[in-house]
Amino acid sequence: MTYSISNIARSKGDPKVLHSGPSSLGAADRLARALGWYSIGLGLAELFAAKRITRALGMEGKEALVRAYGVRELGHGIVSLSPDKHLGLWSRVAGDGLDIATLMTAMRHDNPKRDNVGIALAAVLGVTLLDIIGAQGVTARHSRPHGRPRSYRDRTGFPQGVQAARGAARDFKVPPDMRAVPTLAAVSDRAPQEKAQEKARPH
Amino acid sequence: MRALVWHGKEDIRCDTVTDPEIEQPRDAIVKVTSCAICGSDLHLFHNFIPAMLPGDIMGHEMMGEVVEVGPEARHKLKVGDRVVVPFTIICGQCDQCKRGNFSVCEATNRKKYLADKVFGHPTAGLFGYTHLTGGYPGGQAEYLRVPFADATHIKVPDGIPDEKVLFLGDIFPTGWQAAVQCDIQPTDTVAIWGCGPVGQMAIRSAVLLGAKQVVAIDHLPERLEMAEAGGAITINFDEESVVERLNELTGGLGPEKCIDAIGMEAHVSPSMPDTVYDRAKQMVGAESDRPHVLREMIYVCRPAGVISIPGVYGGLVDKIPMGQLMNKGLTIRTGQTHVNRWTDDLLRRIEEGQIDPSFVITHSVSLEEGPEMYKVFRDKQDSCIKVVLKP
Repeated sequence: MTYSISNIARSKGDPKVLHSGPSSLGAADRLARALGWYSIGLGLAELFAAKRITRALGMEGKEALVRAYGVRELGHGIVSLSPDKHLGLWSRVAGDGLDIATLMTAMRHDNPKRDNVGIALAAVLGVTLLDIIGAQGVTARHSRPHGRPRSYRDRTGFPQGVQAARGAARDFKVPPDMRAVPTLAAVSDRAPQEKAQEKARPH
Repeated sequence: MRALVWHGKEDIRCDTVTDPEIEQPRDAIVKVTSCAICGSDLHLFHNFIPAMLPGDIMGHEMMGEVVEVGPEARHKLKVGDRVVVPFTIICGQCDQCKRGNFSVCEATNRKKYLADKVFGHPTAGLFGYTHLTGGYPGGQAEYLRVPFADATHIKVPDGIPDEKVLFLGDIFPTGWQAAVQCDIQPTDTVAIWGCGPVGQMAIRSAVLLGAKQVVAIDHLPERLEMAEAGGAITINFDEESVVERLNELTGGLGPEKCIDAIGMEAHVSPSMPDTVYDRAKQMVGAESDRPHVLREMIYVCRPAGVISIPGVYGGLVDKIPMGQLMNKGLTIRTGQTHVNRWTDDLLRRIEEGQIDPSFVITHSVSLEEGPEMYKVFRDKQDSCIKVVLKP
């Protein structure tokens, strides 16, 4: 419905959207976008609420690590929201592995917040599954299929053939404002004449 | 009516929208018979060009039949006329239009206040593009309102298929201007980066204008094959060094004329580390464009040569080697295309059979399939080079 607001920028006779139709965005693209924004949100949380997160997981003292992961998440998010979203999602999958490994270190029996770590692990595993589905989806949707491309060998664009076309528009007069400085060849060609004229000129 | 509408990054939808209406006396309404997806539409698709708004109708390469004409356009247009609509909206009366600099028309950008802030001074209004250029609804739709219609049109005769003349509205004159502003001499090597639709047109234009040799650079086999069919020597940058091969082809001197038909979204590859650097900066908003091609052109171009840039750039670029550029005395020519400056001549060349621009069409589909074709074109799937839509 954002187009309703942007109609302010249109004039009276400009067409305005009545009903919206099918989009160029596929399901995999929408999932990538959602995961990208999720990355941005998580990254900001890790960056600015690192203390709360480590306290909730019984990982006090690891705030710097959580903040570093926050920066990493922001990177995943930015790439996932870009046209190179497949790179963003595959980098998220790698990041999920790192998150799981880090959480596993907190699954100690002496950690009083072990239950919270378990919940966090389950959440990360769920998101990992979505990341893999999304990464595979966008890779499949936007890749160039392997195999021989179509042949355009006969697409000359010249009905009378390439040889006849070479120089066929030499009759065209380049406008004065688009002329370049004289070419080296032109300067060389002119030089002998100019020299002859100079010699003929009375001193 | 139905139209392809921008809703956000990578989100184009085939929506039902209200019909356009005549607003100004110089307006006309055109029933679109054919339109195309342009490479620069992908910059909007990726939201790399600022100031797009949800609800904007896409498309700036279109043609059709005039169905309604405002009172002040009737001396030039009548209902039933068949027209190609240039992507630049022109008044035909301001100083710039009189000089033929149509893409910087001083009267047609209806959002001058935005353009003044961003560009310093406004440029022409463009169809289906950012609000910096007026935010005019585009032509990937069933109907289009053409402002300043008495000047903003190219009449085409009946009997020529849409596919042969449609590209007079953008990619053909864009490729042509890219070559013309190189001032090609019979001794010149013209190197063209990018074998997309504009690159293909630039190749044909350079061949027609009589370059000694035309070299095309890309990495997609089908695009290189099409370039070769048009008379170019090809370089696949995945397989060989562009700089080494260009020097080899020019006896170590470098090409006299270089054309950037890629623009702000250069291919990213670990084998070209500057492209990875640019992509990373672009993602975090520290740089808007990826100018790998500019750097390579400046490096390899023969001193005193010309660099022509039809490829679209959106904002700020980084690490441009000004030292090389200055010391080599290179000339840079760029700009949106002054479409109407070239179209009479180009239409004649099409009619005479010198060139048939329809060679570049690889996909022709209905408007409803448009959103999916944006994805196919962007991902270069199914050997897609140029998509034509039939509303």
